[in-house]
Amino acid sequence: MSIEVRIPTILRTYTNDERAVTAAGANVRALISDLESNHAGIAERLLENDEVRRFVNIYVNDEDIRFTGGLDTELSDGDTVVILPAVAGGC
Amino acid sequence: MLTISRALVDEIIAHARRDHPDEACGVIAGPIGSDRPERFIPMLNAAMSPTFYEFDSGDLLRLYREMDDNDEDPIVIYHSHTATEAYPSRTDINLASEPGAHYVLVSTRDGAHEAGEVEFRSYRIIDSVVTEEEVRVVERYNQ
Repeated sequence: MSIEVRIPTILRTYTNDERAVTAAGANVRALISDLESNHAGIAERLLENDEVRRFVNIYVNDEDIRFTGGLDTELSDGDTVVILPAVAGGC
Repeated sequence: MLTISRALVDEIIAHARRDHPDEACGVIAGPIGSDRPERFIPMLNAAMSPTFYEFDSGDLLRLYREMDDNDEDPIVIYHSHTATEAYPSRTDINLASEPGAHYVLVSTRDGAHEAGEVEFRSYRIIDSVVTEEEVRVVERYNQ
């Protein structure tokens, strides 16, 4: 199983500046665990208390996983995962 | 230093005034590696708040896909403060995630949303370190 994961600029320090990497997993949780095994430290930037961080967005085939089951969102061969940090702030 | 055209400065200020008292936000994209802001993209503040801004997650994905397709970078990421100075807040700093971008802040406080000068400042925010930079406003870009 091979899933393309698009990596945002801010996290490319974990992927030797690669914009996309491949990973495997039956769901997003497993995928992140697989990412972590090849790019140590990246999981901490994505997760907090076994949840996706509030200001990190993860999309599977263009759907924000917050609306599709979160970390339990299932993956199939050929799916595309995009990670984007929120653009947000406040006074 | 941020070099930006007068027309784009005016667009940012007009957007900030229009959305006051809520914070306005958006991006100016430009060719990858050019450091030249060209394409003005006002974004919806999904938080619709006078103290917070956030791009809608679906809009965010579309924006990055579009920039990818056009070989663009987010050269400027702007937002407004509506009751405080145009300086990055702690939240702005913690959430800044584009080390290559110019973070532009404008302030519409003290009636600036209606008349008078809107404070317009630019910063680099890298690893939570804020560095203010000079803003050079030009009529047009030299090739």
